[in-house]
Amino acid sequence: MADLFNVQGLETRFRTREGYVHAVNGVSFHLKEGETVGIVGESGCGKSVTVMSTLRLIPTPPGKVTAGQAIYQGKDLLKMSDEEIRHVRGSQISMVFQDPMTSFNPVLTIGRQVAEPLEIHNGMSRAQALERAAEMLKMVGIPNAKDRLNDYPHQFSGGMRQRVMIAMALICTPQVLIADEPTTALDVTIQAQIIELIKRLRDELGMAIIWITHDLGIVAGLAKRVMVMYGGYIIEEALVKELYGHPQHPYTIGLLGSLPRMDEDAHRRLTSIDGLPPVLLENPNYCPFAPRCKFALDHCWNENPQLRTIGPDHTVACWVDPTTGKER
Amino acid sequence: MGRYIVRRLLYLVVVLFVVSVITFGLMHAVPGGPFDREKALPPDIMENLNRRYNLDQPIVVQYGLYMREVLIPKCQDTHWLATTEDDAMIKFKVGNLYCKWMNFGPSYRSRSRTVNDIFRDQLPISMQLGVMALTVALIIGLPSGILAALKQNTIFDYLGMSIAIFGVSVPVIVLGPLMVYVFGVALGWFPPTGWGSQPPYILGFIPRNLGWDYFKYAIMPAVALGLGSSAIIARLTRASLLQVVREDYIRTARAKGLRERLVITQHALKNSLIPVVTILGPMFAALVTGTFVTELTFGIPGMGRYFVTSITNRDYPVIMGTILLYAIFLVIANLVVDLIYAYLDPRIRYD
Ligand SMILES: Nc1ncnc2c1ncn2[C@@H]1O[C@H](COP(=O)(O)OP(=O)(O)O)[C@@H](O)[C@H]1O
Ligand SMILES: [Mg+2]
Repeated sequence: MADLFNVQGLETRFRTREGYVHAVNGVSFHLKEGETVGIVGESGCGKSVTVMSTLRLIPTPPGKVTAGQAIYQGKDLLKMSDEEIRHVRGSQISMVFQDPMTSFNPVLTIGRQVAEPLEIHNGMSRAQALERAAEMLKMVGIPNAKDRLNDYPHQFSGGMRQRVMIAMALICTPQVLIADEPTTALDVTIQAQIIELIKRLRDELGMAIIWITHDLGIVAGLAKRVMVMYGGYIIEEALVKELYGHPQHPYTIGLLGSLPRMDEDAHRRLTSIDGLPPVLLENPNYCPFAPRCKFALDHCWNENPQLRTIGPDHTVACWVDPTTGKER
Repeated sequence: MGRYIVRRLLYLVVVLFVVSVITFGLMHAVPGGPFDREKALPPDIMENLNRRYNLDQPIVVQYGLYMREVLIPKCQDTHWLATTEDDAMIKFKVGNLYCKWMNFGPSYRSRSRTVNDIFRDQLPISMQLGVMALTVALIIGLPSGILAALKQNTIFDYLGMSIAIFGVSVPVIVLGPLMVYVFGVALGWFPPTGWGSQPPYILGFIPRNLGWDYFKYAIMPAVALGLGSSAIIARLTRASLLQVVREDYIRTARAKGLRERLVITQHALKNSLIPVVTILGPMFAALVTGTFVTELTFGIPGMGRYFVTSITNRDYPVIMGTILLYAIFLVIANLVVDLIYAYLDPRIRYD
């Protein structure tokens, strides 16, 4: 099956006082119809900027997509006119954002905001769109949906607001849903409900999902494939089972190490990766993870590894074989 | 909302009480009296005058007598005469009783005119000038602030903000005479002095002739007075809009596929006006009460001159009355501002 969405060599820079921040460095990924992929990495590694760049939603200036293409259904989103990409946003490719508190307009009613995509993309009247919005709100589990159309965002709890955001994103039944850490700002119990909700809606509506998270545990039950990002690079990509069973990048191993697991000794302390994620002001000629890597060899300091295929559906950007500690 | 308005009107009573007590106390605490002259008046004349205006009474009694005249309606079964004693702001008939209400008393200085006369003729002009200056400030300030923000770091932005800095830094006393000379005398577009409305006014201050005959007088002074405020509004609007367009919900609006124009008009503007509305209350107060220099420059028969000279003359009834009426006017104006505020921001609900 052909790819629904195919991103190649995406590169995004931000101009800052210190210089150009290399936020996304040659990221490539693809998405088939109805497929769910995960993008995982510590905060600041470039996950949001990657997806926002494809929809041209990064603030410009200071941001700029400097290379790459983002082919959606045969057309490059990065080369479209403003009017063309406007028809993709919210109708073909929708986003759910991390913070349900700040992502709604505080002075407009929920009904108005949820109905808006239908008005602009499907040419519906306000009244029609509101009726549909009420159905959609009911679908995502808002009690008394019809009565709540005239309420404002501050009258909803965080979890309810995230449900509303999902309704707003899916109201035009898009082909692709980009969920940018949709549960990070929520309580754990609410997180689980939201994940269940999105799973259910995926089964009903059949959209493809790009699920961004810094929590490998969340993505395990959701995605088929996972990409791990570090310093604006994708450093490992594999099917979920493979990635969890045989992580090959020391960073992925570190991330998995910091994950609490049910089947393990409860006394084991959670490990976390020492050090901070890098802010890249240039393309490094060494592995960006080397400063934090306990496997780092001389080679790692001399050349930045590219993604290499090391098995079926498994690529990794690392010079070292973590099972032996030697160069692969 | 209805309850809120009622509560605010009750609060008006409290404000008026406090304002009146403080003003009354302060103006009597200032040394000197209304009948002090270079060459002192003979003691018996002085005594007569003081008795005539109750100035020989204890200050609490004076306050009570004054407030009674202002607040409590007086009724009788014969017509009130057109004398100083019988004058009042409001006269009306209940059944076969003739009533009058709100008598601000005589002016100690202008013997022929009561304070009520001054309020009927002069105060409305100052209020009109203040209201129009605010209108000018909004008409110039809002669009230029929005334009500067949308065209950030372009020639529009730099030009607009330079004019804004000019606007706040050039005082009326410089700008006014310049305008009188250029537009009034040299170009002859507007009459250089005067004012185009006469009493009676609708609701006590709105002129009946809102045509060119009125505005040809009003435009220059309103611009002169309002320009500084328009600069403040422009800068605040610009800053506020630039802040708002960086908010997450604006990104959400773009992600939904809205045209940039709709993103601004439907999602950004209303939010960006919230901080602007909060300064309108104090700004309005400053404009309405700060008309003195403008009136002087443009030869406008407004309240400014009376108000300023009443203070040096210790013309107590003029001082008291002016401050009370301004207080009422400003409390109501602030109430309107608060209602606009509540309309703009649903997170604010007054109940
Ligand atoms: N507006 C901006 N200006 C400058 N740098 C930015 C901006 N937005 C993001 N960045 C940089 O891009 C990098 C990636 O950010 P982001 O994609 O938001 O991370 P995350 O993986 O947590 O979503 C960060 O290091 C950040 O410093
Ligand atoms: Mg992010």
